[in-house]
Amino acid sequence: MRRLLLAAACTFAFTASAEAQRTRLTVYTAFENDQLPVFKQAAERAVPGIEVVWVRDSTGIVTTRLLAEKDNPRADVIWGLSAFSLIRLEAENMLEPYTPKEAEALRPQFRSERNPMTWVGLDAFVAAVCFNTVVAQQRNLPKPATWTDLLNPAYRGLIAMPNPASSGTGLLTVAGWLGTKGEAPAWEFMTRLHDNIAVYTHSGSAPCNNAARGEYAIGITFDMRAVALRNQGAPIDIVVPADGVGFDLEAAAIHRGTRHLEAAKRLMDFAISKEAMELYGRYYALLGRADVQPTVQNYPPEFSQRLADVDFASVAANRDRILAEWARRFDGKSAPRN
Amino acid sequence: MTVIAALPVRCVWSGDDRLLAAVVVCASLFLLIALVLPLGTLFLKSFEDQQGRFVGLANYVRYVETPGLADSLWNSLWTAGLTTALVVPSAFVFAYALTRSAMPGKGMFRAVALIPILAPSLLPALALIYLFGNQGFLRSWLFGGTIYGPLGIIVSQVFYTFPHALLILTAALSGTDARLYEAAEALRASRIRVMRTVTLPTARYGMVSAAFVVFTLVITDFGIPKVIGGSFSVLATEVYKQVVGQQNFQMGAVVGVVLMVPAIIAFAADQWAQRRQVAVVGARAVPYVPKPRPGRDWPLFAFCLLVSCLMLTLVGIAAWGSLIKFWPWNLSFTLDNYAFGNFISAGWGSWSNSIQLAFWTALVGAPLVFVFAYAMDRARVLGPVRDLARFLAVVPLAVPGLVLGIAYIFFFNAAANPLGFLYGTLGILVLNSMVHFYTVGHLASMTQLKSLDPEFESVSASLKVPIWRTFAAVTVPISLPVILDVAIYLFVNAMTTVSAVVFLYSPATMPASVAVVQMDEAGFASPAAAMATIILLTSAAVKGLHVRLDTHLSCRSQAWRRR
Repeated sequence: MRRLLLAAACTFAFTASAEAQRTRLTVYTAFENDQLPVFKQAAERAVPGIEVVWVRDSTGIVTTRLLAEKDNPRADVIWGLSAFSLIRLEAENMLEPYTPKEAEALRPQFRSERNPMTWVGLDAFVAAVCFNTVVAQQRNLPKPATWTDLLNPAYRGLIAMPNPASSGTGLLTVAGWLGTKGEAPAWEFMTRLHDNIAVYTHSGSAPCNNAARGEYAIGITFDMRAVALRNQGAPIDIVVPADGVGFDLEAAAIHRGTRHLEAAKRLMDFAISKEAMELYGRYYALLGRADVQPTVQNYPPEFSQRLADVDFASVAANRDRILAEWARRFDGKSAPRN
Repeated sequence: MTVIAALPVRCVWSGDDRLLAAVVVCASLFLLIALVLPLGTLFLKSFEDQQGRFVGLANYVRYVETPGLADSLWNSLWTAGLTTALVVPSAFVFAYALTRSAMPGKGMFRAVALIPILAPSLLPALALIYLFGNQGFLRSWLFGGTIYGPLGIIVSQVFYTFPHALLILTAALSGTDARLYEAAEALRASRIRVMRTVTLPTARYGMVSAAFVVFTLVITDFGIPKVIGGSFSVLATEVYKQVVGQQNFQMGAVVGVVLMVPAIIAFAADQWAQRRQVAVVGARAVPYVPKPRPGRDWPLFAFCLLVSCLMLTLVGIAAWGSLIKFWPWNLSFTLDNYAFGNFISAGWGSWSNSIQLAFWTALVGAPLVFVFAYAMDRARVLGPVRDLARFLAVVPLAVPGLVLGIAYIFFFNAAANPLGFLYGTLGILVLNSMVHFYTVGHLASMTQLKSLDPEFESVSASLKVPIWRTFAAVTVPISLPVILDVAIYLFVNAMTTVSAVVFLYSPATMPASVAVVQMDEAGFASPAAAMATIILLTSAAVKGLHVRLDTHLSCRSQAWRRR
């Protein structure tokens, strides 16, 4: 009944104003703030008759909102959110299946396993290390090249890392270690790394922000943040460890129950089009389509060979177990140390 | 009296009783809809599994078995306890200096001491990092210790909770009867004895309230431990971990319930203190006008000066941080950080959203809180409903904003809720902020009302003046300074709040406080400090207006108190 009334009110509003004839698509996203106007403008040009209205926040908050709003959804489209989050929404049956045009051009890892697809990958961000060169000089620290290098006792108390229980970046980092090293050696590695960790932060950005300000010498983070801070003038080197890095996809999907299904489908078509990929390529170094070359500056070029073999579905399914194990080993003694 | 009470005619409600009862019912309904039902929908989840099946106490059992829980509970308790032990006595001395001494510069001290409430909690935390962080100017002062962890948390919390305690204690100390002091003087009581038998008893209710406000604020605050707590885990960050990190609403609800325990203790203590509180401003009371006494005034002046300087230092450092290019590597000055459109799409628009939010929260909230408090205090009928409403009024203090925000999604976004139209509008942000900050306004109003002799009402009843006229002609004018304080309190808190509204804002209503957090997350520390400074300046400007208005009102409405 309320829906009907609402629809009636909308129809009225549409006829009342010519401007309102554009379909307003509410798009939930975790894209960076500076990317939003660029993507919005391109989408509205490519899909006539739509208006993109962003609801933007960090990955955790957007995912929490989506799940809390499940029974009465407000989002039409999710565009630019972690694949881990979308797999979670898929499990709750919140995604509308739709295989966008040209989906066959996507790399195999960038597609949902279902047919029709429930989500599509757009670009990837990888775990990376921010290394403060000024602090390094003061303390005479060597620059790490691999994850194993971080076990060097010289780094004791100088590394910040996101807590995987509260940060998606933390989770993808741990998932990368589990994927490349194997389960038991990965836990052994983390136990030794724990001795060097100064702080487990709540967000994935904080470690690199801290490293950029010289609070800690090393921050474990994701590549986007590191590049952005470096471009702001922070004295950091970006290290993509050579022994394999975990990564996460930014993905897009249609929210089940949208009242603008047709418009949402057109937006999804655009989201994996060549044109959109070229825009993502300004910010991300690994794109969903192999036929588009990224143009982003300051990325370590060699990283795409270093991607860990991450099985998203399996990490998502084992997430609770991984976090419980992590908490058992490292949370109990999380008082600050120097 | 007993004979009269036994007569059946006594059971008939007078017009006044009916009016007060109606207001009490309204207050209960308001708190039911805006607080109990949303929290209820969330807390029911603490007994469900992720598929929504009832599992009894299984989540609680799992929570108790979670490693690190005992740590975070103990950490929360001792940091909150220590903060309370530091804040309440110092805020008492400060309030005492403001109300009972003849020291110079009272207006200025009062204004400075309220500064922390005007600024987002990120501001002092950033300032502390600039000062004592690993690259800080005064790092050596810590002798190798670290600011990240309990030290940073406690220092920031003392800064952040001080004005809350001061507000309540000033209200408690300003309502006093000079005749008591005259009598004490005539009886040649020693100063210590006067302090022990006159001053402290009149302020006891305020002190208990202040202690529990500070304690629960520290327990539920999440912003400070997130920024400066390092890995030091507390209950509030546990909620964040469960809800935002893992979208585990069930466990989030469990921790939310654990966090409610202080509220229940607070209510019990509140009731206990209330029973021992007697009205100190009788109808014949005379306000206390402190006479100069250098031996008391100058030490108090020195103390207030010290506290004020510490506060101004922290704020000043943060404001300086908003003007530099890139701390700590490039300290040259720039105004670029104030071009917010370059860092966040909402830009300056978020600032005007915040002003609207704060304005409506204050305008609607303050009268509502005071009228409800009046009815809860004076109603002689509907005892159980009244007591329930009084309990509900102190609950919001103990609810972390994060929990309240998510509860609002579940309740107001439910398809069957007729109030669903509020969702996504400014209205829900206003309602949420009013409820989130209800308690301190309520306690300040109650403290004020307790200090007014119910004799006013008795006299008007015997003169057959309806209670609403006494309320409008006597209670409101006397209490106007407190009502204004409450309005300003709501305004500045709505300007700075993040934790609840972050789940409720829509693209058109993003507040400036959320913009601060988003910019800080993105590594734009200086622009974040800049927006925090703008919030602080806005609140300070409103506060400045308030001080002028207050002086004006005091001349007009409080003149009767003087001799």
